[in-house]
Amino acid sequence: MNRALLFIPLAVFFAMGVLFWIGIGKENKDVLPSPLIGKPFPEFAAQALESGTGVSADSLLGQPMLVNVWATWCPTCKAEHAFLNTLAEQGIRIIGINYKDDDFKAKQWLTAYGNPYEFNVSDPEGKLGLDLGVYGAPETFLVDGDGIIRAKHVGDLNPRVWEKLKPQFDAMQ
Amino acid sequence: MKSLLLLSWLLFSGAALAVVEGHKYPFDNQHDTERFNQLAEDLRCPKCQNQNLADSNAPVARDMRDKVYELMQQGKSDDEVVGYMVDRYGDFVRYKPPMRLETFLLWFGPLILFALGLVLLIAVRPKSTQRQTATGSEPLTADEQAKLERLKAAAKPSSEESQKS
Repeated sequence: MNRALLFIPLAVFFAMGVLFWIGIGKENKDVLPSPLIGKPFPEFAAQALESGTGVSADSLLGQPMLVNVWATWCPTCKAEHAFLNTLAEQGIRIIGINYKDDDFKAKQWLTAYGNPYEFNVSDPEGKLGLDLGVYGAPETFLVDGDGIIRAKHVGDLNPRVWEKLKPQFDAMQ
Repeated sequence: MKSLLLLSWLLFSGAALAVVEGHKYPFDNQHDTERFNQLAEDLRCPKCQNQNLADSNAPVARDMRDKVYELMQQGKSDDEVVGYMVDRYGDFVRYKPPMRLETFLLWFGPLILFALGLVLLIAVRPKSTQRQTATGSEPLTADEQAKLERLKAAAKPSSEESQKS
């Protein structure tokens, strides 16, 4: 009977091994959970990239949208740009945040590759980016019509990712 | 000798003050400088996850350092600065996770496992020593004694041989 007790550490060891094995598979180090989900979009006062007019968090209100953080220095942003164009063609509202970028380069980019954005918030110093907890472009937020952040995706948007995000996006309608 | 001396210097080198571009953040007193360095070491860079803000040269780490400096200049306390970052980047930016219900296992898991092991050790050990003393104290029967002597005699020459070789 006592002999059986001796096997408990071994059993615990294996149980922990299995637990950690599952944990390793589950952990995605590149994607951090955002504390902003369920919270209102942070207040900001900036200029629209295209028109130069003032924009704030109130400019977002209305229809549900994707808020896409991008920059011309970010290669992955270029990779996802064509897909953003496709989404915009489907009538999905996309607001851009031009993050730590040069306005002139950004405008050139939009002329060259097309502009899927309703408007772009110019964020040359990354202030809004910091408030949004941005740590690597591209990042995309799902924001509902009341300006509440519902989800966040870090990395490029592509058909595979959109398949997962679309139900969430449709639920905001 | 020279290399030994150089090596011994390593023993005396304090934790390297690794704040990149340290000169960028002037404080008018030593206390605040130390606070800043401490915060930059306690906060984790979200982009390069094994570095703190002091070590990392990622653009986001630089922005966060700037923000820490700005908040400190506004007279914010250490907790407020850390809270500011946690509100935006989550608990991830802290090297020291907060004590909450969901982090209970993280904090106390090792202690629980240790206690479990200790309990197990105590539960298993006394019985096995009891058994040993029990068998040891029982006197041998005459038959057993005779068998023991026989075995000893049989084993002796071979054991001596093995000792020699």
